[in-house]
Amino acid sequence: MIKEKHLLGLEGYPAENIETIIETAFGFREVLERPIKKVPSLQGKTIVNLFYEDSTRTRISFELAQKRLSADTVNFSASSSSVKKGESFKDTVQNIEAMKIDAIVMRHPYPGAPLHLTKFVDAVVINAGDGTHEHPTQAILDIMSLKEHFGKIKGLKIGIIGDILHSRVALSNIHGLTSLGAEVTLCGPATLIPKDIEKLGVNVSYNIDEVMDWADAINVLRIQMERMGVGLFPSTREYRSLFGITHERLERHDKKLVIMHPGPMNRGVEIDSNVADSSQAIILDQVLNGVASRMAILYLLLGGKQEAV
Amino acid sequence: MKINKLNKNVLLKNGTVYDPVKQKIINGNVLITNGKINGVGDIKAPGGAEIIDCSGLIVTHGFCDIHAHFREPGREDKETLQTGAKAALAGGFTRVCVMPNTNPPLDDPESIRFIVEKSDETPIYIHPIGAITKGQQGKEIAEMGAMKTEGAVAFSDDGIPLQNAYVMRLALEYAGMINVPIINHAEDVLLRNEGVMNESVISTKLGLSGNPDIAESAMVQRDLQIAQSTNSTLHIPHVSTKKSVEAIKKYKSVFQKVTAEVTPHHLYFNDEALITYNTNLKVAPPIRTEDDRKALITALSDGTVDCIATDHAPHTIEEKEAPFDLAPFGMIGLESCFGAVNKILVKENGMKIESLIDLLTIKPRKIMEFEQDLFADGTPVEITIIDPKVSWTFTKDDINSRSINSPYIGEELFGKIIYTIVKGSVVKI
Repeated sequence: MIKEKHLLGLEGYPAENIETIIETAFGFREVLERPIKKVPSLQGKTIVNLFYEDSTRTRISFELAQKRLSADTVNFSASSSSVKKGESFKDTVQNIEAMKIDAIVMRHPYPGAPLHLTKFVDAVVINAGDGTHEHPTQAILDIMSLKEHFGKIKGLKIGIIGDILHSRVALSNIHGLTSLGAEVTLCGPATLIPKDIEKLGVNVSYNIDEVMDWADAINVLRIQMERMGVGLFPSTREYRSLFGITHERLERHDKKLVIMHPGPMNRGVEIDSNVADSSQAIILDQVLNGVASRMAILYLLLGGKQEAV
Repeated sequence: MKINKLNKNVLLKNGTVYDPVKQKIINGNVLITNGKINGVGDIKAPGGAEIIDCSGLIVTHGFCDIHAHFREPGREDKETLQTGAKAALAGGFTRVCVMPNTNPPLDDPESIRFIVEKSDETPIYIHPIGAITKGQQGKEIAEMGAMKTEGAVAFSDDGIPLQNAYVMRLALEYAGMINVPIINHAEDVLLRNEGVMNESVISTKLGLSGNPDIAESAMVQRDLQIAQSTNSTLHIPHVSTKKSVEAIKKYKSVFQKVTAEVTPHHLYFNDEALITYNTNLKVAPPIRTEDDRKALITALSDGTVDCIATDHAPHTIEEKEAPFDLAPFGMIGLESCFGAVNKILVKENGMKIESLIDLLTIKPRKIMEFEQDLFADGTPVEITIIDPKVSWTFTKDDINSRSINSPYIGEELFGKIIYTIVKGSVVKI
């Protein structure tokens, strides 16, 4: 059903694949609502979660998806591994592959690392975030959540707000949403908008109120303090006043704008607590859809049998 | 690679002889006696002479590369003067200037002497470029006078830009006094920031930090101003942007002591080639846009940029197999140079092959004030023999360097080196 062996990013990834994944994910979403949430689809498959960078939610989400599909999983994190002994990336992954595995889910701090990995191993590679490049499974779960809410993607107006420069979530969302026919506007400080991003088929605005007026939904990105060089924006106070999704700002708009956030949130900086916890926010739906869409991705890429669902 | 001693008399027969000094094509022969030129033109072979048939080939001056890294001393696992010399021979280069970013750096007369003496044992001519500042630290100027006496031909802190404009001024004043060019890797390190490739939609797509073109051109402008005000000779290495070309062009019309080079890879590739994170294309300055590439081609044609230099920079496989952000900057370039630039400039952009040969022979020699009239009788032989029209695929087997970090592997190149003759020996490539 899906020809592409790996899921490395959504740039150039066929729109039909994204649609197939989301359709399958809605099936798994139903499984997740059952009292017994486990299916035998990937019984006998071995998946390694190779995390070169800290992650809580993405890793738990992948692990749960794997367990729900009855796959065998192994977790590897850089802090407890041979990385510290100075072993090269190539040696590490070739050793892991030599143990006969079917797929590697990898998070890595450097852009392009998953593509690099495909040169050294035969296993299916799924990108769980590579530096400031892509985070395709996050974008797929975001798109699934929009589909769930609006029933369609084509023609939707989506704002992506905040630190675009350091965001793999933004880049994957841009590729995925535009290929499915949504309109995308990016909004954030000029210093956090990367060069020539308009060439990817999106609009750029520096006026958050205009974007909130225009959009059907906004995806509010985390201000990534840990990636921040010095002085890309003057202060979190100023950020909040110019770009923060505050309660007051939301009140000024009469329509019911859908609020998304990939987490983890800096409450009081890019988003106010009462906005994040409001009925307009679909942030927790995103989390559940994350497990369902990762189940769909693993299932489709690892050749699970349809009848097993 | 087999390096054969020349016979007492060798006749290069029936080639198209191009003399870049006279700017003339001579259909005839070149006689080499005891390793020295003994006549060019309608010359007969003396009895017992070895004949090298050059029909269909161009016989011209040996190429000269004024920007290479042979990694000795310190990183002999990447390259040595000996292995670098073989790579040069394979690329038709008989004379190479090596950069001082070794370990320790070439920043005093003793280390310059070390290179000069060790180079004597290699099959080509190698000239060291000394560091501008002690330890390449950018703080205090090094012993340029004494280094010149030992054989340094220019001064450069190589990959480390001289960020401090005051030190740059002192360096230009001092080097101007002893008549040696300063070569500054022009990149404002603050504007470059963490950039690992050209800043454009491609870097945005790849999630890699961008290095904007103004990081180069801003420092090129600064250096041109300081050179003009101190009336000292400035050579600008590996020009990569249209904006730098424009700045150089403007200054050259009023200030003559400035020269510039461009690398084969900045002529051959544009930043779209990085879309697969090929670390062999990670170089400093970065591969730029198609617009920049075209401006560089024009700049070579109209004389704004003076010559081609390879910036041959060997690195190990392990280092280049790292993720893009972590891989070192640089690619090897000696062996692939001619086939690459001949394809781009002559085949695709209509430059005359004679003009291209000038860019690889007299023009770089003039910058470094090397002997240029290589076909004069009695000159120790430095000759390169080229097949200008053959298409061939560059492979690992064509590499003589100790390192193989080349993005040309698998590329179809145009024009090939057939013989390199220097220091009394001949190599068939």
